Amino acid sequence: MAFLELSHVKKSFGQVHVVKDFDMAIEKGEFISFLGPSGCGKTTVLRMIAGFETVSSGTITIGGHDLTDLKPNQRNIGMVFQAYALFPNMTVGQNVAFGLKVAGKPKAEIDVTVKEMLDLIHLGHLIDRFPYQLSGGQQQRVALARALAIRPRVLLLDEPLSALDAKIRVSLREEIRSIQRKLGITTIFVTHDQEEALSISDRIVVMNEGRADQIGTPFEIYNFPRTRFVASFVGTLNILPGHVADGASGRIEIDGQAVHACRDLARLTGRSACTVALRPEAIRLGTAGDGANHLTGKIEEVSFLGAVLRVRVRLADHAISLDMFNNPGVAPPERGSPATVTFAREDVLIVEEAA
Amino acid sequence: MNLKKIGAWTAIAVGVIYFIVPLIGTFEFSLRMRRGEYSLDAYESVFSDVRFHATFGYSGLMAVLTIIFGMLLVVPTAYWVRLRLPQLRPVVEFVTLLPLVIPAIVVVFGYLRIYNSSSYLPFTASERATDILLMGSYMMLSLPYMYRSVDTAMRTIDVRTLTEAAESLGAGWTTILFKCIFPNVMSGVLAGSFITFAIVMGEFTMASLLDRPAFGPYLQLIGANKAYEPSALAIIAFLITWVSMGLLQVVSRFGKARPART
Ligand SMILES: Nc1ncnc2c1ncn2[C@@H]1O[C@H](COP(=O)(O)OP(=O)(O)OP(=O)(O)O)[C@@H](O)[C@H]1O
Ligand SMILES: [Mg+2]
Repeated sequence: MAFLELSHVKKSFGQVHVVKDFDMAIEKGEFISFLGPSGCGKTTVLRMIAGFETVSSGTITIGGHDLTDLKPNQRNIGMVFQAYALFPNMTVGQNVAFGLKVAGKPKAEIDVTVKEMLDLIHLGHLIDRFPYQLSGGQQQRVALARALAIRPRVLLLDEPLSALDAKIRVSLREEIRSIQRKLGITTIFVTHDQEEALSISDRIVVMNEGRADQIGTPFEIYNFPRTRFVASFVGTLNILPGHVADGASGRIEIDGQAVHACRDLARLTGRSACTVALRPEAIRLGTAGDGANHLTGKIEEVSFLGAVLRVRVRLADHAISLDMFNNPGVAPPERGSPATVTFAREDVLIVEEAA
Repeated sequence: MNLKKIGAWTAIAVGVIYFIVPLIGTFEFSLRMRRGEYSLDAYESVFSDVRFHATFGYSGLMAVLTIIFGMLLVVPTAYWVRLRLPQLRPVVEFVTLLPLVIPAIVVVFGYLRIYNSSSYLPFTASERATDILLMGSYMMLSLPYMYRSVDTAMRTIDVRTLTEAAESLGAGWTTILFKCIFPNVMSGVLAGSFITFAIVMGEFTMASLLDRPAFGPYLQLIGANKAYEPSALAIIAFLITWVSMGLLQVVSRFGKARPART
């Protein structure tokens, strides 16, 4: 049995169903990200785990114990908020000590733990500062130390980095991840930034309209999106409608041109239309040997992104984007010229429409 | 531009004259108890009056008690409304404003009807109980100011997130209220306290009709029977108010200098 389990969790606010049948099992020590667009229910699921919202139905268990009837202050779950939420009247040290004091720990032990936590976030020298004397990044690190000081069973972070500027976001997310590894604490990290989720998670839960569309490692999520939503939300995939010519052998037509797939063929049986996803970096200009797929069209747009060039090729009704490495020795393709693109059969992903 | 400036200065001058001149007149008069020269005899006379000490002490004590119990009522209420009943805020605000529109005399007659010695809650039966009733009435009178200043201070902190942060760290609601909320609305609590102090020290109607030995009725009594002392008392009363208001300014500056969040 997994350490943290949510089974058939639902949440409605009045008539509005915000979370619909959410299932998830997290192992001890895992780092999980919730990824999804604004309003898809990420915060709501997190708040139900923390106990700030009741579940409408379903159960949440930690280590086999049902949490449903426990108040937030009985759950021993650490929480880090987007707005830091440090107590303005307390110093850094007092903030970190707060949970330990509430738990009635002896003073000597509190002092040791506070020091240990502040060393962990490299802010030991700021112990007597007040929150308003700290930068945003420092405040968020203190908030993290405060949440970790009570040795919570699970750590929840709700978009902890979105109030910070880009550079600090990257360095702090790596710091969070390394602290998490060091302590081996089971963590859920909410974000709507796909790069953030892909770079630090063990597994990602891609959420869409109150459901978990796909749960998997960053590798699986990025390379093999299961649904159209996941494909379009994670990365910049080409999403194209296909006509199923022969489901069993994986023959599809895109804008009238034949393409072969060798993956996810089960999703083609008994259907006449499907949705095809192609990663831009899996496509090349030109032709290739046996078995590869070819599509012909016209170069519509070339954008220079630095290390890569993004080229858009128009087929008939639809266009396809591909990435090629920038090579100073080769002139970029010209707009308006005819072009053939090629990609392997394994790179043709058949994705599900939204459930 | 220039004309505007002149207009503004004229308005200020008129205001200053309107307020300051009577005050100077009163002050000047309070110094003339001794024939032919200025002296502080009137003040001496006031300060040596035992009733001054008794009533001033009584009202001061009432003010402190009113502030303590008022804040114990107002802070948790404002907190709860912000946290759990935001839709009730307009209603609560309206209720706290009622003391401003209902004359004190009406309220006190209501008290006397409901809490008289033959009622179920005979607050007026003993002096101690009447003191409690009087304190209750002061709490009501100061409610608009206390609630507003506390609520304003609460606006500067994120009450809900702070509460949730404290809860997730294991705190119960008394800890949250007294360790996490109260200290952060202290500027509002103090501001409300100074206004309350000023109100209670000068209040006449309630104390007089409930027949308690407060400072307000004493002022009235002296005013009706002496010549120079009332002026001295008026100046003293003004000073109390001003000191309260001055402290309020200091406190609100202090509160602003330490923003809750960046
Ligand atoms: N207390 C509430 N009452 C009514 N509706 C709510 C409440 N809390 C959240 N919702 C609704 O639930 C939906 C999901 O909200 P939630 O905050 O979980 O989204 P989110 O995925 O965290 O979005 P974001 O990325 O913007 O933070 C939203 O449509 C929101 O309007
Ligand atoms: Mg959210």
